[in-house]
Amino acid sequence: MIAEAGHYALVLALALALIQSFVPVIGARLRDPALMNVARSTALAQLLFVGASFIALVTLHVNSDFSVANVYENSHSMKPLIYKITGVWGNHEGSMLLWVSILALFGGLVAAFGNNLPLSLRAHVLSVQAWIASAFYLFILITSNPFLRIANPPIEGRDLNPVLQDIGLAVHPPMLYLGYVGFSISFSFAIAALIEGRIDAAWARWVRPWTLVAWIFLTLGIAMGSYWAYYELGWGGWWFWDPVENASLMPWLAGTALLHSALVMEKRNALKVWTILLSILTFSLSLLGTFLVRSGVITSVHAFANDPTRGVFILLILCLFIGGSLSLFAGRATSLKQGGLFAPISREGALVLNNLLLTVACAVVLFGTLYPLAMEVLADFKMSVGAPFYNLTFVPLFALLLLAVPFGPMLAWKRGDLLGVTQRLLAAGVAGLVVVAIVWAWTRGGSALAPLAIGLGVFVIAGVVTDIVERTGLFRLPFATALHRARGLPRSAWGTAFAHAGLGIALIGIVCETTWNSEYIATMKPNDVAQVAGYDLKLDGLLERQGPNYREMVAQFNVSRGGEALSVMTPSKRSFTTRGASTTEAALLTRGASQLYISLGDVTAEGAIAVRIYHKPFVLLIWWGPVLMAFGGMLSLSDRRLRVGAPKPARAKQRLQPAE
Amino acid sequence: MTRKQRRMTIIGGSLAVLALAAALVLNALRDSIVFFSTPTMVAEKHVQPGKRFRLGGLVQPGSLQRGDNLAVTFEVADGSAKLPVAYKGILPDLFREGQGVVAEGALDANGVFKADTVLAKHDETYMPKDVADALKKQGHWKDDYGAQASDKASGGAKPSGDAKPATTAQGNSQGAVR
Repeated sequence: MIAEAGHYALVLALALALIQSFVPVIGARLRDPALMNVARSTALAQLLFVGASFIALVTLHVNSDFSVANVYENSHSMKPLIYKITGVWGNHEGSMLLWVSILALFGGLVAAFGNNLPLSLRAHVLSVQAWIASAFYLFILITSNPFLRIANPPIEGRDLNPVLQDIGLAVHPPMLYLGYVGFSISFSFAIAALIEGRIDAAWARWVRPWTLVAWIFLTLGIAMGSYWAYYELGWGGWWFWDPVENASLMPWLAGTALLHSALVMEKRNALKVWTILLSILTFSLSLLGTFLVRSGVITSVHAFANDPTRGVFILLILCLFIGGSLSLFAGRATSLKQGGLFAPISREGALVLNNLLLTVACAVVLFGTLYPLAMEVLADFKMSVGAPFYNLTFVPLFALLLLAVPFGPMLAWKRGDLLGVTQRLLAAGVAGLVVVAIVWAWTRGGSALAPLAIGLGVFVIAGVVTDIVERTGLFRLPFATALHRARGLPRSAWGTAFAHAGLGIALIGIVCETTWNSEYIATMKPNDVAQVAGYDLKLDGLLERQGPNYREMVAQFNVSRGGEALSVMTPSKRSFTTRGASTTEAALLTRGASQLYISLGDVTAEGAIAVRIYHKPFVLLIWWGPVLMAFGGMLSLSDRRLRVGAPKPARAKQRLQPAE
Repeated sequence: MTRKQRRMTIIGGSLAVLALAAALVLNALRDSIVFFSTPTMVAEKHVQPGKRFRLGGLVQPGSLQRGDNLAVTFEVADGSAKLPVAYKGILPDLFREGQGVVAEGALDANGVFKADTVLAKHDETYMPKDVADALKKQGHWKDDYGAQASDKASGGAKPSGDAKPATTAQGNSQGAVR
């Protein structure tokens, strides 16, 4: 009954989406407010029905109703409740349902909070949302229905892939989808602007908060996924340049570029055409990511060819939306009016450089992801493009970008003074060079580039500090005045500062971890002591434990440093009977920003166990950086000038000009 | 500066960055791409010692030998050829004799493949897709490897026919654990 209700709710959502696809557009043509307002009600009703459908699937998983194929294949009655819930999106059908639920959520939010949008713009935006939604509802209902029943229900389910039975699954996919799918809003706004043939600075004001929300979630989602891979897969790696990871990185790079170009458009009414193009490209990359992950084309072109229904369907959606939007863009872009002028050396110029480097870096990642696929199809040989390729291409481009980051916010709009900015950044540059010298002198081993890269990270952070000091007049003016000025700085300025500092911090973490991480691999017997990076790790013993749906072997390590006992670490190896699979649960000990990491291998015949111990210096900075970036994004989002529906501040008079 | 000059500056800058990226990519493509081979392909093509590649195939049953200090040797076979592999370290959770494996490394002077990575990134069918494709191409594909994969792929569409292949696949995976 619940399954049928959920299925029916999804069909109703499709019907609503179809109405929402056409009625408001016709309404906008006829200038009929009643027809245009249909979009608002249908968007909210759609959210309600998709939400009901999603809750139905969650209920089925929680009740372990194995007469439903999706539950049977991905659940087990003994599975802990939290994994019964998260298991809903740990499979293809469920994750697509989550995808459309989040799409409906964003549509509903625009409908609910978009009261200050011009009526026709809102109608168009919601219609475009509904086009996307209709395509994906059809995809789910035709090729990946999660509510299908099994004729002879089995007694027990096949359990969820053990690697996914982790708290990471609860957070990572929803976050990532909130980011991915969130970019659909800027896409819809771009298409709506092209349909209306009119675009101005106010457009950028409406789009930027939505882009920022999506970007914040995508940043956190990627960081979370990376940390999850780090502790769950048991080899201590946090980024593999795997096509699935690239699929989430590409929209992030394009989305970051979009955030910056929307800024130019909002402030200076320039780069309009480019911003529209970026909005289209960002969501296209999200769709491409969905296609790459969901069609199975990544693992093998042949697997894709063997079961093409799903892949071809998403490919069709992809071609329809990317092709359609780019043709619309090609047809209409020239009619958009040119915006404000600026000299190449200016804040706008710096943001153009930022956009150039980000999009080119994104193109490089796209190339690395698709090239092996193309070669397999065209030339029929297999190869892999891995870290060495990206180290030689992506890394230099990003290093250039980071070098430019401190200059951007300090240049003036319209016409900047590069020499003056360089003088003001002298202290930051010196700080970076001093750090290079110190790191060079103190560390042994590792690449000669490592100290330079750390110096670059420090330069970025010091540049941020310089900018804030300049703006507040700290050291120049009395402290009280500086404090007052700091309070008066727009929140978006603080947001920029935190986000840019986050970049520097992540860079330092990445360099430290990859250069100076120490690894110890050996077989250990009870009472053996391993010495890693000044820590003594004594294996106390091994014990067996029974979990809810697995058995685990736990090794207990006593960690001490210089004779002083610090902690006990208990890595384990779990075997899940239903799937016959085992997972390695690494143990982590955090010391400041560094971590000790133990994961277990096989037990040998003599009762010794293979052990892998890592010391990872400053590894946590890799994730603190993105968290800081997301925090910066949130600060910027809370800026009253950006807040949707905020009372009109006195000084921003041209805010929210009526569109017609 | 006129509008035209400004535009030319921006276009010039864009072209410079694009050219830089193209140069970086072409340079990287020369030596950082790793090709995939099976033992048969290695035998046919006479791969140079020291040239890195990915080796895929099945772990020959009975060939796994553990030495001192986590050294292991095993043979990778694809039905018509075999290649000895030496590795030092912890084998991944899903490494088993008779099952698919992908190793990355290079041949040494004696024709032994020195692996520095043994990959276990494959799905619940215990068969990396690269290996499955290579085996299919050579006609060494056994249907039971694919049972679970095809069952899973078609599972959503045809639930009524689902029960039977699922049990065999489950039996298969449990048998694989031993």
